[in-house]
Formats: sequence, C-alpha cells, structure tokens
Amino acid sequence: MMILSGDPPRSRILTLVLVVIILALAATPFLFPGAKALNVAAKICVFAALVASYDLLLGYTGSVSFAHTMFYGIGSYAIAIALYGMGPNWAAVATGTVVGLPLAALLALAIGLFSLRVAAIFFAMITLAVASAFQVLASQLSWLTGGEDGRSFQLPELLRPGTVLISKNLFGFEINGRILTFYLVFAVSALMILALLRVVNSPFGRVLQAIRENRFRAEALGFRTVFHLTYANCLAALVAAGAGILNALWLRYAGPDTSLSFSIMLDILLMVVIGGMGTIYGAIIGASIFILAQNYLQSLMGVASKAASEAGLPLLPGLLHPDRWLLWLGLLFIASVYFFPTGVVGRLRNPAGDKGGDLH
Amino acid sequence: MTDLAATDPLPKPKRDLAPILLPIALALLMIPLIGSTSSWLTLTVASLAMGMMIFIMASGLTLVFGLMDVLNFGHGAFIAVGAYVATLVLAPFAASIQADSLWMNLAVLAPAALLSMAVSGALGLVVERVLILPVYGQHLKQILMTTGGLIVAEQTMYALWGPQIIPMPLPASLRGSFILGDVAIAKYRVLAMLIGLAVFIAIQLVLNRTKLGLLIRAGVENREMVEALGYRIRRLFLGVFMTGSALAGLGGVMWALYREQVHASMSDDLTVLIFIVVIIGGLGSIGGCFIGAILVAMVANYGGFLVPKLALVSNILLMVAILMWRPRGLYAVTSR
Repeated sequence: MMILSGDPPRSRILTLVLVVIILALAATPFLFPGAKALNVAAKICVFAALVASYDLLLGYTGSVSFAHTMFYGIGSYAIAIALYGMGPNWAAVATGTVVGLPLAALLALAIGLFSLRVAAIFFAMITLAVASAFQVLASQLSWLTGGEDGRSFQLPELLRPGTVLISKNLFGFEINGRILTFYLVFAVSALMILALLRVVNSPFGRVLQAIRENRFRAEALGFRTVFHLTYANCLAALVAAGAGILNALWLRYAGPDTSLSFSIMLDILLMVVIGGMGTIYGAIIGASIFILAQNYLQSLMGVASKAASEAGLPLLPGLLHPDRWLLWLGLLFIASVYFFPTGVVGRLRNPAGDKGGDLH
Repeated sequence: MTDLAATDPLPKPKRDLAPILLPIALALLMIPLIGSTSSWLTLTVASLAMGMMIFIMASGLTLVFGLMDVLNFGHGAFIAVGAYVATLVLAPFAASIQADSLWMNLAVLAPAALLSMAVSGALGLVVERVLILPVYGQHLKQILMTTGGLIVAEQTMYALWGPQIIPMPLPASLRGSFILGDVAIAKYRVLAMLIGLAVFIAIQLVLNRTKLGLLIRAGVENREMVEALGYRIRRLFLGVFMTGSALAGLGGVMWALYREQVHASMSDDLTVLIFIVVIIGGLGSIGGCFIGAILVAMVANYGGFLVPKLALVSNILLMVAILMWRPRGLYAVTSR
C-alpha cells in the first residue's frame, strides 16, 4: 500500500491484469526468447512511463499538451549527443542526464508561464506550434543532432549485448548486457510511475484535480492555479525526458522519427485515452494494448488484407493493409472518448458503466 | 456620457487601425533591408498570395471557434480532402489542363474546385454531426474527438489514394510570370490573390450586410442572447461549419496547385500554420485572421530571403511578439 501511495487499482480484474502485465514484462527475457519480444517489452516499459507522465497533464489537470514528445525528444537527444560526443562511458550518461532533465524542465516552465494562464484551447494550440518548431529545429541543426538521420551511439561496456555477465547456466539462460539494459529500463520506468502515483495522491495532486474540475473555484479557494499547473507541467516534462533517456539507451539511437515526430504524440494520446485518463494505471494498460497491437495486430491485418484481396472485395484490402492499423485504433479512440471516457481502467473499476465519467 | 438627441446617428464604434497598419509597416520596413526593389516586389506578392491561401483555409476555423467555442483540431483533414478530390477531376482531364488556353484550363479547374468544396463541405456535415455534436460544450473531449477524426481521416486517405505523393501540375496558362520591367510576378500567385480577396470580401459582405451575418456576429458576441431571441443557433453553426470546411477544401486545392503536389501529411503542416494564424488574429475574428495570415506569410517569405535559418522558427517568434502586444490576438472579438 505504501508503495502505491494508498491508491490501489480498486478492481479485482484490473489488479489481475496489471499483475500479469508486470510479471510478463519482468520475465520477458526468460519467457519469450528472441529480440522482438524483448524490444516490445522495453517499449511498453518506456511508453508506460511516458504515457503516465502525460496522464498527469491530461487526466489530472485537464490541459491538452501537444509538446510532450518534445520533452521526450530532449531526453533522447541529450543522452545520444553526450554518448556520441564523449564516447561510451558512464560520465557521458551522467552528463546527458544532468543536461537533459533540467533543459526539459526549463522549457516546460517557459511554455507553462507563457500559455497556461489562458484557456485550455490556447495551451493546446501553442504547445502544438512550439513542438513543431522544435521538431524542425532538431532536424535542421544537423551538426548537433545528426539531422534526419539522427545519432547512433555506443553504450558503456557494461550494457553492451556482447558483455556476458553470467554465462549459460543449467537453465540455459545467459545474462548479458542487453538484458541488464532491459532491467535498467524496467526498473527506472517502474520507479517513475510509482513517483507519479505519489504525486497525484499528494495534496498537490488533489489541487490539480480541483483545477481540472473547476479552475475558477480552485482559484477562489486560494490556490495559485498557474503555479500548480506550471509545476505539474514541469514534473510531466521531467518524467517524459527520463523516458526519452531510457528509450535512447535501449535503441542506442535518437532520431526525429523515434523521439520527436507528431505521430508519437498521437500515439501517446491514444494510449492515455484508451487506458483511462486520470488513473495512472491506465498508462500501463494503454501502452500494453497499443504496443502489442502495433507489433502483432499488423501481421494479423496483413493476413486479413490478403484474404480480402483474394476474395476480390473492393476497398477492404486497402483498409486492412498492415500500414493502416492506426485507422482502426483511431476509430477505437473516438469510440472510447464517446462511449467510455474513463477508458479501460474506468470501465473495470465501474463496470455498471457510469457514462458521465469524472472528466467534464 | 453625453446626451444624444433622437435624430443623431449612433456614435460609430472606434476603428482599431493598428493591426491593419502592421503588415504595411512591415512591408515598408523591408524595402531597405532587402535592397533591390524588384526582389522586394516579388517577395511581397508572394507573401500576399500565400497569405490569401492561408486565410481561405483558416477563416472557417476561426468563425467556428468564435461562434460555438468549438476548436476543430481536424480542420487540416478538410484541406487534404479538398486537394485529393481535385486530383480526381484533374487527372482524367490532364490534356485540357496542359492545353495552352486559359478558358480550357479554367473549365476544368473551376469544377474541380467546386467539387472539392462540395465534398469537404459534406464531410463537414458528417464531422459536425458525428464528432462534435455529442461532445458539444466540452473542450477537452472536443480536442480529443477532432484529433481522433484527423487520425481516421488521414489514414482513410492513405488507404484510398496510397501513401505516395501525387503530382498536381499547374495548368499551362497559369505557369510562368508576368514581367513588368525587371519584376517577375508569377501568374498563379495573382490568381490566388484574386480568389483570396474575393473570398475575404464575400465573407465580409455576408457578415456585415446580411441578416445571416448579423446573426452570426451576434452569436459570436453572445450566443445565449441570440438563442433567447428565438433563433436556432445550432443550425446556424452547422451552416458556418460546413462553409468553413468547404473553404478549407478550396484552400487545399489552391495550396496543392501552389506546391504542385498532394499528400495526406500536408494537413499536419498546415494545421500548425493555421492555428498560429488564428491565434495571432484573435479567435473568432475574420479581419484578424486575414491580417494574421498575411503577417505569417510575410514573415515566412521575407525571413526566408533574409535569414533562411530563422525561417523555421519565425512563425513562433511572430506569435510570441503579437501575443506580448495583444495577449488575446490582434482583434479580441469573443469575451472568452
């Protein structure tokens, strides 16, 4: 209870699902052999943390930001540039972290002070504009960021796949640097999510929810809403940058497509809404559903598309083409905003289907 | 307060001229910076043409927001849909597009543009009924719903037309430039400017000279009051939404011809630009939107000429500067 900050999942099925997901993630290197499974698991960890930090903004303060990938990208690029420039050592990892995190927080502070005073809609538009400018900037400053190609780099000795820590024992498993990196990603993501859970269940988190429900009233009660919103924005940016660092460490690469593009922003939005806004746990569920769909639904759709084209149906092969998987998730997204605005988590906690939801 | 006799005309509202002077001052300021008059003229015409196209696309968005407090994040999809629909007409008639006769070109272009407007307007009807009506009055859900709509629309376009870039060549008679002395002015830009001006004047006339426009302006200022007077503002809103979508479609055709290519991702880039324009102009203000569009285009063109590196972030800098000056945009129409 302590570790969950007194905010348990509050649903037997949800608890079960979460335990299964977390156990499966933790045991991936041993349960599911192969590079793809490990990649999927690491991506779920990174995105669970990233989406949870976005949930702090969207679900708990009710402000829609389109600049979240920017902070994610800052983390990724900071570590990539440091490791690329200083060589594969731990000092570079530390430098990247020490530079990247405050940079993200500072930028979040600037955006927050500039645009959180006004209505949610203004904030959404301004973050969208700033994020797109940042993306262009990152691809133009090619001497620093490597432009469209991004930056590939080497990890410190300990984390490389070639480093064998425990050679094959009698169970037939080998612990190498890759698996160690996976557990690093797993542990740091878990820590960040627990920290976010702590934040939203603190008095500060309650004020955020009060602002979400009725900003005017929160202000009348004496809370400096701009301060609280900006603070939440900075915290979310810090966690997003942390997730970006993990992502870059795992991929050994940072580039516009993997860390900055607008489509990642849409992915985050989809994950948080499908999982359930304002729950934090929704992030884990949403990220798992989305990334599993991204990696495994596509092959399923490929089969369906082939079958449709062989049956000579019009249009369907195009709509079922593996590259169009986002179409179906987009429809699911609209349906979930409309029919169950509290997402999977809200649905599981309240199966009666209270359609009002707690988001206005 | 001075007393007015019954026969005196009502005092005219004070005209706010500063925003109008802004682009003019900016253009004049650029003459010495750019140096040669001919390149200045070319750049100015280019920015006016680009600004008019952006205005056409953005006008619907700003009105929809002003009237109903609805922000459509999927507005960019109408632009791309308009452009794609135009290719449906233009591709089979490629021969008459390439013929060197203005009338033959226009005979294909005009129906193509009209069809685009009809399709995006009809799509606007569907979007308003399906996506916006259910979450009416809830900002957060509106943003999410329309963003979802954008994803679905974009993916459907990919599914229907494929992910490749479709070329959309300019008609033969619109290619090339008018040469006046040593100034070259692209013909298509003149056409774009004319259409943009026509749209602006038409919108202004409807808004200021008709009863419909009176209702729209009244609705922007105070929706509940208009409803209390017995007008169905929902229906009015639907009309404005469809018109805005149709205009976005027209803008999409013009932009595609300007770039001579069509791609579903064009909606993403333009959405950002349009948002900046709408913010700069003041949400809900057509005049502000017009000036904002021209300002954005000017900064893009002049900036691209003078400091190419800066052109990438120039829009953001412009927005910050304007919002520092007037925090609610050039013309603050709504009280929100």
